[in-house]
Amino acid sequence: MSAADWQRIDRLPNIYCAGCGNGSVINCTLAAVEEMGWTRENTVFISGIGCSSRAPGYILTDSLHTTHGRALAFATGVKLANPALNVVVFTGDGDLAAIGGNHFIHACRRNVDMTAICMNNQIYGMTGGQGSPTTPRGAISTTTPYGSAEPVFDLAELAVAAGANHVARWTSYHVKELMAAIATGLQTPGFSLVEVMTQCPTNYGRRNRLRQVSDMIEHLRTHALLVQKRDRLIREGKPIPEGMFVVGELVRRHRPAMGVRA
Amino acid sequence: MLKITEGSYAVAEAVKLCRPQVIAAYPITPQTHIVEALAEMVANCEIDGEYITVESEFSALSACLGASAAGSRAYSATTSQGLALMFEVCFNMAGLRLPMVMTIANRALGAPLSIWNDHQDTISLRDSGWFQLYAEDNQEATDLHFIAYKVSEDHNVLLPGMVCFDGFILSHTYEPVDMPVQEEVDGYLPPFTPYHRLDAGDPISMGMYATPEYYMEFRYQIQQAMEQAGKTLVAAGKEFSEHFGRDYGSLVEGYRLDGADTALIAMGSVCGTIKDAVDEMRDAGRKVGLLKLRAFRPFPEREIVAALNNVNTVAVLDKNISLGNSGAAGTEVKAALAGSGITVLDYVIGLGGRDVRKRDIARVVDLAEKGEGDMFYGLRTEVL
Ligand SMILES: Cc1ncc(C[n+]2csc(CCOP(=O)(O)OP(=O)(O)O)c2C)c(N)n1
Ligand SMILES: [Mg+2]
Repeated sequence: MSAADWQRIDRLPNIYCAGCGNGSVINCTLAAVEEMGWTRENTVFISGIGCSSRAPGYILTDSLHTTHGRALAFATGVKLANPALNVVVFTGDGDLAAIGGNHFIHACRRNVDMTAICMNNQIYGMTGGQGSPTTPRGAISTTTPYGSAEPVFDLAELAVAAGANHVARWTSYHVKELMAAIATGLQTPGFSLVEVMTQCPTNYGRRNRLRQVSDMIEHLRTHALLVQKRDRLIREGKPIPEGMFVVGELVRRHRPAMGVRA
Repeated sequence: MLKITEGSYAVAEAVKLCRPQVIAAYPITPQTHIVEALAEMVANCEIDGEYITVESEFSALSACLGASAAGSRAYSATTSQGLALMFEVCFNMAGLRLPMVMTIANRALGAPLSIWNDHQDTISLRDSGWFQLYAEDNQEATDLHFIAYKVSEDHNVLLPGMVCFDGFILSHTYEPVDMPVQEEVDGYLPPFTPYHRLDAGDPISMGMYATPEYYMEFRYQIQQAMEQAGKTLVAAGKEFSEHFGRDYGSLVEGYRLDGADTALIAMGSVCGTIKDAVDEMRDAGRKVGLLKLRAFRPFPEREIVAALNNVNTVAVLDKNISLGNSGAAGTEVKAALAGSGITVLDYVIGLGGRDVRKRDIARVVDLAEKGEGDMFYGLRTEVL
């Protein structure tokens, strides 16, 4: 099979807006799945609700499109019922960190053997651009018309702290690195979170002086700080530049996992 | 002043005029425009209150419960899956006898996933102890908010209330709405004076355990409060007409029922379509009328019996289905009219956004007059 064989061509065109980053994330995921040699018969994609969560609908395998925020809970059931299945979850910042936050930390804590790919566009995209728990301070959304005043969650750090065996963050610009990180996630027994900072030109960029898709991608590229560089800055006692987010592999470890085939 | 406005903005404006002190909401289609507008009003200091961008509907209603317990006028809005997620808090809030008003932009429940209109979401919470009002148009949706707060906070009632208006059909439709001004609303709706609230100076503990010796009496008192809500709704509706000239002094509204042989019963925006269909059928010499249910909880049993005592046949249109039985209003209207000799037939219709047109209404009347009913109306048999 090639990556293209995993696409549900009959579902096209998809719902994504022009310039949406979700397509890149789906492609990278399918390429990683392909690299693993997984087949349709042993792979299942699970999601909640949101633009990001629409992804399984465009992939030619069994998929379970569940309720908003609950993907990881449903996925835990699927994995424990049949540990032979490879379970991949697509989720969004709202789905994972707002309404599904509790399931998120417990999936990490239990270290359930699955890979969650979070398309973090820093907004509730599907419902029209309301502020989410990852909307940066000062960013305009339809519920924060003068800029969000709340602190944000760092999803990757949260997953590390909660116990996930593998955690990485990249952006929709870094497709090669993203593909490799997803492949590592798929190989790692236990819970893996791959957070992807991605652009939502319609509901984020438009309101936040990033009107062109290329501006958004450039913004992601220039604000990504490689984890090794961050660590070096810390070692050298230098300040971490404002407004940057860390990319790279944040953890890979071997805590006991749930749902791993004996 | 008459203003052409989207239903959601009319509701947001009405909520603003009610001077809410705490608003907590999580976005969900088709409620989003209401809460986005309110967030902006709070940010602009047009509302002297807090807007909390909570992380789920469960948190939204929990925050409102807390706000009401602390003595504030609370507000939220949701629909469908969001309301389903609030289930637990809904029962708690009614049981704690804490007032608030919540707008529901009615939408179908999954699965299958649907963002379109029906009444399954609120009907599924009919047993929760919230009174439920259904609006036919955006004027009514607007006005019912003032009435709902007044009734909810009345010390003889002290129950939360839902104002239900049809998602998209009303929430996203522009209509002329006569929006009262602040002084008028202030003259009708006094500030919230809590009957009981969290007050460190006079501590009470809310939400304690009730043993079997007490639990039933609590439930009985909620039931009594619900009956009282019916009376208070009528009184508040009459008082509303004195202030604003629009009459809501009944839990039901009859339309061309004089001399009707067949009466339709329905709730929400479909009543507007039915009124047009009834006019056409009346013009064609058919004796048809409509009884609109404005309140579903408390259930207006006496009003229904009184309004329909001269008809032969009743056709109930239910935009919901109590799976395993029939449409909820149909079941309850049958119970209300049991022994009256009137034939009551139920039609499950318009689920998940399926359009209900004037000709569908006419067909329902045809079916009812032939005695055919208790069915899903308008199924596409070719896909079954
Ligand atoms: C219980 C519930 N509440 C609210 C919604 C409405 N809703 C659908 S998608 C969404 C937000 C999605 O945001 P995110 O997870 O970040 O996904 P994105 O669309 O940005 O990819 C919301 C609030 C819902 N479907 N269910
Ligand atoms: Mg998002």
